[in-house]
Amino acid sequence: MKILEVVNAGRTVSRRSFIKGVIAAGATASATSYLFRGPASAFAAPPAHGAVERLMSLNVNGQQRRVDVLPHETLAMTLRYKLGLPGTKLGCDRAECGACTVLLDGTVHYACSILTHQVRGREVLTIEGLEAPDGTLHPVQEAVVDEAGFQCAFCAPGFIMAMVGMLNQNPNPTREEAARALSGNLCRCGDYNKILNSAMRAVEYTQQRV
Amino acid sequence: MGVVRDMMKPFELFQPTELDGALDLLSRHGSDAWILSGGMDTFDWLKDRAKQPSVVVDLGGVSELKGIEGTEDGIRIGAMASLTEVATHPEITSRYPLLAESAEKVATPQIRQQGTLGGNLCQDTRCWYYRSGWPCYRAGGNICYANTPTALNREHCVFEANRCVAVSPSDTAPALIALDARMTIRSRRSERTVEAEDFFLGPATDITRMTVLRPGELLTEIHVPQRWAGQSYYFEKVADRKAWDFALANVAATFQRQNGRIQDARICVGAVAAKPLRLRNVEAALRGQSVDNSLLEQVGELAVRNARPLRQNEYKVSLTRNLVKRAIRDART
Ligand SMILES: Cc1cc2nc3c(=O)[nH]c(=O)nc-3n(C[C@H](O)[C@H](O)[C@H](O)COP(=O)(O)OP(=O)(O)OC[C@H]3O[C@@H](n4cnc5c(N)ncnc54)[C@H](O)[C@@H]3O)c2cc1C
Ligand code: FES
Ligand code: FES
Repeated sequence: MKILEVVNAGRTVSRRSFIKGVIAAGATASATSYLFRGPASAFAAPPAHGAVERLMSLNVNGQQRRVDVLPHETLAMTLRYKLGLPGTKLGCDRAECGACTVLLDGTVHYACSILTHQVRGREVLTIEGLEAPDGTLHPVQEAVVDEAGFQCAFCAPGFIMAMVGMLNQNPNPTREEAARALSGNLCRCGDYNKILNSAMRAVEYTQQRV
Repeated sequence: MGVVRDMMKPFELFQPTELDGALDLLSRHGSDAWILSGGMDTFDWLKDRAKQPSVVVDLGGVSELKGIEGTEDGIRIGAMASLTEVATHPEITSRYPLLAESAEKVATPQIRQQGTLGGNLCQDTRCWYYRSGWPCYRAGGNICYANTPTALNREHCVFEANRCVAVSPSDTAPALIALDARMTIRSRRSERTVEAEDFFLGPATDITRMTVLRPGELLTEIHVPQRWAGQSYYFEKVADRKAWDFALANVAATFQRQNGRIQDARICVGAVAAKPLRLRNVEAALRGQSVDNSLLEQVGELAVRNARPLRQNEYKVSLTRNLVKRAIRDART
């Protein structure tokens, strides 16, 4: 019934001017404990009667991807469970660990804490999009490999994206500045020293490549 | 209580592209509508299902709410300016470094990139009993779970408790109060401007709201006047970690000095009461004085005269006293 309201609202001219973007009406998927039922369960559930699911185009890693996105779906969910990009990790799902860090238009964001519908029109870059098409690693990735930067490496994709974001803002950071730029990422193994070594080597490699 | 974690309850999402459209939606949906700016406060509430709005209005596309510009009398900051923009904008770092520093001290780079100034000012308290969905005073019940003999209340208030003992979490709010900023609030029918100090509410005034905003209203912009631009200032935030953590206490202050004396001052402390507290008695005691140890002792005591610590937060009293003294002693230009 909600949906009807929205659709009707969209019909009057004065409304149309501002409800331009999404009027993605609530698709009531039964969503309890998606984490334990395997990928995509919440999304595979049939939408509630009459619900409208809106297709959108997402610019991910340089490609336009068409995808069905629920109004309340986070970017991390879309990437991992709909676009086959599980390199973006979910640690806390609460903006408290950084495992889900991706770049939006070149700057760092937590993919767990933004709706996919909020990133329409922006460039999303995930860990999968870093290497060149011919398989050449990004200088940050190379630096991490050479420094053996991580232990279990669950935090690695987030840290690597944060390092790339850092270099976009400040191509020549001091170790202090790097620590500050990476302060939005946690490593459960406590491997910070080696992670910072990697970051500083990444600075070096990036400068060599230019 | 008994909340489903992580998966938000479905809602209708609106993404207006004009301010009028946003205001129209808010007036139409009243208290069913939730305003979404950067979402850094919002998503916790929705994932924990402690709040379950049926309509979410995303302000991300409303261009009138963006931008930072110098004006004839100061600077205008759109409510949707990100904390990173506030921390790095040249007009702010050069004229109002107090505000830039306060924004820079918030959380993490990712959160500052996405969190907005408006959202930082309108965010709800972080009392975990309340945020876990317990039916406390602030949630409309009749008990405070944070003020019982076994409660964990190290982070809670030491000033102006009134049934509720939650604190204001914002780092930027004390800075804006010290700079005598004004907030513009709009609804579909009206526009009003309130002083930053009066924007925030304590539980004695309204126990369920942190700000004067009513359903249907938006904070649209923040205006910082020329008056305190370039004056000497001090900001300090004390938290458990250097990044990510909310303040245990913070202080923001500006001083106008002449011939070694303080002509005028504005001092505000945060995270020690439900709203950022402007210390008028300290400001009055400073006027016309030159700073020496006995003055510092005197105003330090004044600052905490009305403190009433809870079981686990006695330390906030000496912390506040020291922060105020330090602000006066170490203010920079
Ligand atoms: C892990 C973590 C750590 C944090 N640490 C800190 C910290 O150290 N210091 C600090 O100050 N904050 C901290 N925060 C809070 C964060 O900075 C704020 O939540 C953020 O600035 C809010 O901005 P937003 O745009 O993301 O808000 P949103 O979540 O979009 O909005 C916050 C609230 O304000 C309302 N709202 C938003 N914009 C408007 C508007 N224009 N008019 C009216 N109402 C509006 C929303 O409805 C919502 O209720 C932290 C948050 C997290 C998740
Ligand atoms: S999963 Fe996003 S910050 Fe932890
Ligand atoms: S290497 Fe294990 S979490 Fe960072």
